[in-house]
Amino acid sequence: MDNLYRDFILEHYREPHNKGVLEPHDLHFADSNPTCGDEMSMTLQLDDAKQRVVDVAFDGRGCAISQASASILTDELRGMSLDELRAMDPGDVVENLGVPIGPARLKCALLSYKVLQGAVIGAEARWPDEADVLAGGSAP
Amino acid sequence: MAVEQLRRDVFDGSALRADFPVFDRPHRSGLPLAFLDSAASAPKPRSVIEAVADAYGHHYANVHRGIYELSEDATARFEGARRAVARFIGAPSDREIVFVRNATEAINLVAFSWGRTNVGAGDLILSTQMEHHANLVPWQQLATETGARLEYVAITDDGRLDLDDLRARLAQRPKLLAVGHVSNALGTINPIEEVSRLAHDAGALVVLDAAQSVPHMPVDVTRLGVDFLALSGHKMLGPSGIGALWGRRELLEAMPPFMTGGSMISKVTLEGTTWAEVPLKFEAGTPAIAEAAGLHAAIDYLEGIGMDAVRAHERFLFEQARDALAALPGVRLLGPESADEHAAVLSFVIDGVHPHDVATVFDHHGVAVRAGHHCAQPVMARYDLPATTRASLYVYNDLDDVERLVSAIRATQTLFGTA
Repeated sequence: MDNLYRDFILEHYREPHNKGVLEPHDLHFADSNPTCGDEMSMTLQLDDAKQRVVDVAFDGRGCAISQASASILTDELRGMSLDELRAMDPGDVVENLGVPIGPARLKCALLSYKVLQGAVIGAEARWPDEADVLAGGSAP
Repeated sequence: MAVEQLRRDVFDGSALRADFPVFDRPHRSGLPLAFLDSAASAPKPRSVIEAVADAYGHHYANVHRGIYELSEDATARFEGARRAVARFIGAPSDREIVFVRNATEAINLVAFSWGRTNVGAGDLILSTQMEHHANLVPWQQLATETGARLEYVAITDDGRLDLDDLRARLAQRPKLLAVGHVSNALGTINPIEEVSRLAHDAGALVVLDAAQSVPHMPVDVTRLGVDFLALSGHKMLGPSGIGALWGRRELLEAMPPFMTGGSMISKVTLEGTTWAEVPLKFEAGTPAIAEAAGLHAAIDYLEGIGMDAVRAHERFLFEQARDALAALPGVRLLGPESADEHAAVLSFVIDGVHPHDVATVFDHHGVAVRAGHHCAQPVMARYDLPATTRASLYVYNDLDDVERLVSAIRATQTLFGTA
C-alpha cells in the first residue's frame, strides 16, 4: 500500500493539476466509473488548425487514483496531436502513474483515459480490455 | 453497562470462524482476515461445502424424472430443501417456494409473469428511493414496456422510508409496491408489517426484497403480510446460483410461466402445452440440484444458532460499531441511529477520503469491506454522495472485527493526513 499511496499520488489528489472547465473549448466529454459512479469530464482547447492540444482541463470528484491519473495524464497532453491522442496506449497511462495498479483499481486509473478517448473519438469509445492492460502494463 | 453484560444473550462469533475454511486462507497482509462484506456475499461453513460435495458425490441424478432409486433420492433431497426454505420463512406451504438463481431472478420472475399480466398502460407501480437496483430496474423495464407509471417512495434524511410519502402515493391506488426489507446501502430495517397493511388497504400487492433480511433475522412471510418475497442463498451462507421466490399460492397459480421448456410442463403436443403445477411451472430446465442441498445445509447451520440469537448478536455488534464510529472525528454513519431500525450494515463516509481509497487501505490491513454505490445509485444521489464504504457483519464477526474496523479507519486518516 505504501507503494500505491506514495506521496506524489496524494499530492496530485489534494492539489490536482489542470482541474476545472475550459471555456470556450473545442472538445468536451464526460463519463463515469461504472463501479463507483464517479463522474469525470474533460475539456480541450485546440490550435487554429484544430489538430493539436493547446490546453486541457478535467473536472469531477473521485478517488486518489482517478484524480492523480487525470492530473498526471492531462499534464502530458499539451502540444500533442489528435492522432497521437487516439493512438495512446492505455497501458502507458497506467504505467505513467508510477505505482502498481491491480485489477480492483484499474478502472479508477483508466477513467481519465476513457474520458479523453471519448473527447477525441466520440461516445463510441470503449473501455480498454482490462486483461490486456494488466498483461502489458509493467508498472514499477 | 459493561460489555460483558451487554453480551448476555450473544454468542462468540470469533469461535464460529473455525467452521469457515476461508478464514484459514493466508491474507497478503499477513493478518487474519476481518471479513466485513457479508452483505455482498457470505463465506460458506464446512457443512455447506460438504453438503454440495455429498450431493454431487452420492446423491446426484436429475430430479423429478428418473424412475430409479438414485433419482428418487435426489428428488427427495431437492424437495427436502424446498421444505426447509418454506419452514425457514414461515411459508404456509412448500408448494409456494420457487427455486431460482437469486433474489434478482425472483423479482424478475414477478415482474415478467405477474407484471406483464396485471399491469397495463396508465397503471401505477411503486418502488422506493432505497432499493437495490434488483428491485428497481425490473420495475423500470415493466413500466417502459407496458406504459405504466413508476413512482418512488421518498426516504428521510436519516435513511428511513417516508411513511407520509408512502401514504400519499398509495392514495393513487398503485397495483404493486416493491420494497426492500433491509437496505443494503443504508442498513435500514423497514417496518414491513405496517407497510404491507397500508399497501393492502390501498389495494396494492407487496413484493419484498428480503435478500438482506432473511440471512440475519427471523422472517415470517405471514406475519409480514407480504405477497411475494425474494431471497438469495449466497448471502445466507449457502451456495451462489440458488435463491427462492415465495409467493401466495393463489397468485402463483394465476400467473403464466416466466421461462418455458422442460420440467415445467404438464403435457406438450405440437399444437400446444399445458403447465405443470406450482412451483414446477416456474422451474424450467434442470435446477440447481447440489446448490439446493447446500442451501438446506446453510439453513440447518443458521437454525442451529437460532435466528433470534443471530439477530441479537448482530444488534450487539452494530451498537458497538456505531458507537465506535461516532467517537471518530471525520466519520459519518448513514442510516437510522437506533439498532431497532438498523441492521448490522454500516455505510459510512470518511471526510477527505474516497471510499475506493478507503477500501484499498483497509485491504492492506486485512479488512475486507465494500466501497461503491452498492447497486443503489439513487440512494447515493439522495445523499449527494458518490459512494460510501460499507462494513457488514454476520455470525462469524465479533468485537475483534469492530476493533480492526476502527484501527483501519484511523490508519486511513493518518495516511491521507485527514486526522
